[in-house]
Amino acid sequence: MADTAIQEPKVAAPKEPLFGKKERKLITDPLNDNNPITVQVLGICSALAVTSLVYPSVVISVAVVFVCAFSSLFTSLMRNAIPKQVRMIVQLVIIATLVTVVELTLRRFNYPIYKELSVYIGLIITNCIVMGRLEAFSMANKPWRSFLDGIGNGLGYGAILIIVAFIRELFGKGTLFAGSPIQINIIGASNPTTNYLINTAAESGIGTWFSWYANNNLMVLPAAAMFIIGILIWIHRSWNPKLVDIS
Amino acid sequence: MEFFNIFIKAAFIENMVLAYFLGMCSYLAVSKSVTTAFGLGLAVIFVLGITLPINWVISEMILSENGWLGMDLTFLRFILFIAVIASMVQLVEMIVEKVSPALYNSLGIFLPLITVNCAILGGSLFMVAREYNFGESVAYGLGSGFGWFLAILAIAAIREKIRYSNVPPALRGLGMAFILTGLMGIAFMSLMGIDPAALAAGN
Repeated sequence: MADTAIQEPKVAAPKEPLFGKKERKLITDPLNDNNPITVQVLGICSALAVTSLVYPSVVISVAVVFVCAFSSLFTSLMRNAIPKQVRMIVQLVIIATLVTVVELTLRRFNYPIYKELSVYIGLIITNCIVMGRLEAFSMANKPWRSFLDGIGNGLGYGAILIIVAFIRELFGKGTLFAGSPIQINIIGASNPTTNYLINTAAESGIGTWFSWYANNNLMVLPAAAMFIIGILIWIHRSWNPKLVDIS
Repeated sequence: MEFFNIFIKAAFIENMVLAYFLGMCSYLAVSKSVTTAFGLGLAVIFVLGITLPINWVISEMILSENGWLGMDLTFLRFILFIAVIASMVQLVEMIVEKVSPALYNSLGIFLPLITVNCAILGGSLFMVAREYNFGESVAYGLGSGFGWFLAILAIAAIREKIRYSNVPPALRGLGMAFILTGLMGIAFMSLMGIDPAALAAGN
């Protein structure tokens, strides 16, 4: 069993193009028609709580793409060697190992953001989208395609996360990328020392145009993320009516 | 009385679903009927109430530097926690299958999926992050499980009613569930005013 699992990709690889139409579809499909959040309804857990700011959301998205892609790859490599009864445990161990790698890397290279994300890094393990793709795709497909599928789903997930975070941070705090080296203060008069575009051009510039705006505290609450996702689903389904759920 | 404080705080003020978005997948997928939601909620209370103390023992006695092994093994935390949770869920699955086959059939795939219910692992990780002691971790487990149970029961009841309303087609089902959850979150925020310490003192 174990031998076939390792040899199979070598035999199959030359026959298929590395980036054919099917492969491209694996990446683009989760961004629209088969989006993990708005269509498959997987992975809403955990990471959405970090969407009040853009920067942590970007970090989490990158982590999810990494974990999703490599867990798909490793599961797919081992798929013929995993007994059916214990496959869940094997998948969880693969995911947990990758998440530990992410956690330790982040702790070493960016401690403030590690502190801010705290338990949400660990919760990538139980992000249903990772496990869902392993069950639905990697257990039945070749490594390279599983890897692409993992990247695609991670990106589809990250896209929604960043859209939500963008709206919440812009209207809730008047900034973008707060906490990162490229923080931009765009709108809002609540904090007069920082409500200008970047830190330059304090006197004139776009920043002053919007200084009348008072920050909307609703956007900082968790409930706002729910409303935004609900509305995103609404827009997505109106635009793509075949996704409408009849029940 | 501090255990009571933690219970109330975990159930209402820092509700797993409404304040931290944990366990959203099964919360959205299983909330179509009240009876199923009730069964899943009870299972979650049970699993949270059992895994938190076990994970506390593992994290304090085995993985911690001051534990029995005397080594800092905290990097193994994720793997051990998830293993404990997976085995407890397996246990619950066997019990439910024996006691109530009807509930077992209606929960279907979602029973094993409690393993990847973020609320369970999240409970354990929050417990570590907040440095609870053993008694507090039991109270926190039961409290957050109860909060999850309340949230799923409420949304299931609302969704059963809203089926008769005239919702725009594109918003039907999932979209509406999100907006309802947001509204419930705002409603639960009014409970922030509760001071558990004053409640315990009987004022």
